[in-house]
Amino acid sequence: MAILVTPETRVLIQGITGSFGSRHAQLSLEYGTKIVSGVTPGKGGQLFERVIPIFDTVAQAARETGTTVSAIFVPPPFAADSILEAVDAGLDLVICITEGIPVADMVRVKAAMKGSKTRLIGPNCPGIVTPGKGKDSQGGCRIGIAPGYIHNKGNIGVVSRSGTLTYEAVWQLTSLGLGQSTCVGIGGDPVNGTSHLDVIKMFNDDPETEAIIMIGEIGGTAEEEAAAWIKENCKKPVAGFIAGATAPAGRRMGHAGAIVSGGKGTASAKIAAFREAGIAVAETPSVMAETLIRHIQERKG
Amino acid sequence: MNIHEYQARDLFEKFGVASPRGKMASTPREAEIAAQELGTEKIVIKAQVHAGGRGKGAFTNGFKGGVHTCSKPEEIREMAAKMLGQTLVTHQTGPAGRLVNKVYVVEAAEIAKELYLAILLDRASSAPVVIASTQGGMDIETVAAQTPEKIFREPAHPLLGLQPFQARKLAAALGLHGSQAAQAAKLILALYKLFITCDCSLVEVNPLVITKTGDVLALDAKFNFDDNALYRHPEIVALRDFTEEDPREVEASKYCLNYIGLEGNIACLVNGAGLAMATMDIIKHYGGEPANFLDVGGSATKEQVAAAFKIILLDRNVKGILVNIFGGIMRCDIIAEGILAAIKETELPVPLVVRLEGSNVELGKKIIKDSGLAVISADSLADGAEKIVAAVKARAA
Repeated sequence: MAILVTPETRVLIQGITGSFGSRHAQLSLEYGTKIVSGVTPGKGGQLFERVIPIFDTVAQAARETGTTVSAIFVPPPFAADSILEAVDAGLDLVICITEGIPVADMVRVKAAMKGSKTRLIGPNCPGIVTPGKGKDSQGGCRIGIAPGYIHNKGNIGVVSRSGTLTYEAVWQLTSLGLGQSTCVGIGGDPVNGTSHLDVIKMFNDDPETEAIIMIGEIGGTAEEEAAAWIKENCKKPVAGFIAGATAPAGRRMGHAGAIVSGGKGTASAKIAAFREAGIAVAETPSVMAETLIRHIQERKG
Repeated sequence: MNIHEYQARDLFEKFGVASPRGKMASTPREAEIAAQELGTEKIVIKAQVHAGGRGKGAFTNGFKGGVHTCSKPEEIREMAAKMLGQTLVTHQTGPAGRLVNKVYVVEAAEIAKELYLAILLDRASSAPVVIASTQGGMDIETVAAQTPEKIFREPAHPLLGLQPFQARKLAAALGLHGSQAAQAAKLILALYKLFITCDCSLVEVNPLVITKTGDVLALDAKFNFDDNALYRHPEIVALRDFTEEDPREVEASKYCLNYIGLEGNIACLVNGAGLAMATMDIIKHYGGEPANFLDVGGSATKEQVAAAFKIILLDRNVKGILVNIFGGIMRCDIIAEGILAAIKETELPVPLVVRLEGSNVELGKKIIKDSGLAVISADSLADGAEKIVAAVKARAA
C-alpha cells in the first residue's frame, strides 16, 4: 500500500511554469508519475508539455482533473498563499518544496489549517517518493525533487528532515538490495506541516512497511517526541541517524530549523532519546542501511 | 542577522518600548557632544560589537571593560578614545576579538530591580511565546536550570497575537503593581508588536529594569531576525554591519552559498545542509576536525562551485579538503568542472579527496581523472572521510 501517495495518485503542480517547477514536473512525468494538472495564475488555458492542462486556480484544477495532491514550487513570498489555496480547494495532501518561507507565514498557515482535512508536508523539503515496479523504480509516484533512479520498490520506510541525507539512506538501501515502501522528506524548517512522529505512525500502520529509517538533525525536539512514541508503540524495527553533532551552538546550519539554541536541540540529546527508545543509531551517515539490517537481524534473534 | 544595541534602541523608540535615552558616536568628540546633550548626572558609554559579555571584556591595548559609567562629558571623550578603533575581546568573541567602530552613549538608569523579558518562536507549539523572569541580568539558561519556577511563559495565539490580559498576567507574575504593572504590560505589548512587525526570531531584553524613580525600562536588547523574511524588510537589512561578520561568510553569501567557518583543518564542500552537517560529523568520527560547514545547494553552477573552493582556501587553517556530492539532481560533471576551474586559478596547496555519487557520476569521475591532477577519489562517504583524515595526518608527519 505504501503511505500518503501511490502510483495512482493524481498530482497537481503549483508553479508548473517556473524553471524549478517545470524541470521537476518533467522529471516526475519521466518517472511515470500521474501529473494531471498545473496551476500558474494568469496562464490558465495553456498546456504544459502539450498535454497537461494549466489552470489559474487550484479550485479549477481540482474540479476539472480530479487531482487530490499538490506540489508547490512557487517562490517564498507567494508560498503561504499557495498552501492556503490548496487547502481551500479541499486537497488531501499538499507538499511544499519551496525553501525560504518566512517563519511567521508558516505560523499563520499552520494555525489557519487547523480543522481542515488537508495534510501539509514541508516546506523546504525534497518531497515524497513511493517507488514503482519498473526499471530504476519507474512507474512510481515521485513528488518533489528527489532523484527517482536511486529508489527501489520494497518494504523500508524512510523519513528525514534533510533531502540529501534521505538520498544517501535510500541509495545505501538500494545498493544493498533493499527497497523502500515510501520515502518522506518532512523539511528543514522550524515550523512544518508533518512531523517525524506523524510519518512514523503512518509507517507503523502500513502493512507494506516492515522497517523504518528515521533521520534527524539538530534543532527542536521533534525527534525526541517521535522516539518516545516509538518506545511505547512501534511494532517495527527502527534505525536512525542524527546530523549535526559537530555543529556550533547558536548557528543556523543551512536549514532554518537546524540550530542549537538555549542548550536545546543538541545531537547528543536526540541520540540519547533514540537509544532509550530502542532505535539502532548509525555511528556515521555512511552506515544507515547497514545499521538497520543488523538491527532487523538482531530482533529476529 | 543581528544588530547593534544603538540600532535596537532606535527600534524600541519607533515601537514605543520604553528605554533610556542614548546616542551613537563614532569619534571621541561625537561621544562628548552626545554626553553633553543627554545632560544627565551619570552617563554610560558602551562599545558596540555583536557579542555579549562586553562589561567584563578587555581591549587588546590593555584597557579593561567595554562598558563604563562616567559623570562628565570629558570623561566620556577619554573613554571613547580608548575604545574606538580598538579590539575588544569578550567570552563570546573568541580570542581574535572584535574591532570597535562605534560607541553608544546613554543615560544611566538608577536600578531598583532587574527583570528578564524575551519573545521567541516556540517550535513545539508553532507560535511565538513571551518569557519573563524575576531573575534579570542573569543567564536565562542558568535560571531555567536552577530555579525554573522563576520563569513565566505566555504563548501568543498565532492568529490573534498576544492579548492585553496576557501582558497583565506576566506583569503580575513578575510581582509588579499599580503604575509599574501598567508600564510593564504596555512595554510587553509594544515589544510583541515589534517582534511581529519586524519578523524577529528572538528579542531578548536582559535586563528589563525598574528604576528607583519607578519607571520600567528596557536596558539592553538582543535581536535575531528571520533571514527568510529579510526580503520584505529593507529597513532591517540596512542595519546589517558586515564588519561584524566573518569575511568568508560575507563572500559566500554573495554567491548564495551557505558557509560557516569553524576551527578545524579539514574543509568540506557538500550539497545539501543535512549531508553537509553529516560530513562534518564523519570527519570528526575518523579523527579529523571540520574547518567549515558548506552547502552549495541542490542546483549549483560551475561558477558557484569554483567560488566555494576559493572561499575554502582563504582559510589558512585548512590542511585538506573533502568534496562530498550526492548529485541527485545536481550533476556530478558540473561539480567536477567547477573544482577544476577553481584549481586552475589557485593551484591546489592541500590534499583533495572527492566523493561523487549520483547523476552523471561516471562523467564527473572521468573529468577529474583526465585532468591529471592529484585528486584522491573515494567510493563512499566513509571512504572519503578516512582518506582525507589520513592524507592530512601524513602531511603533518
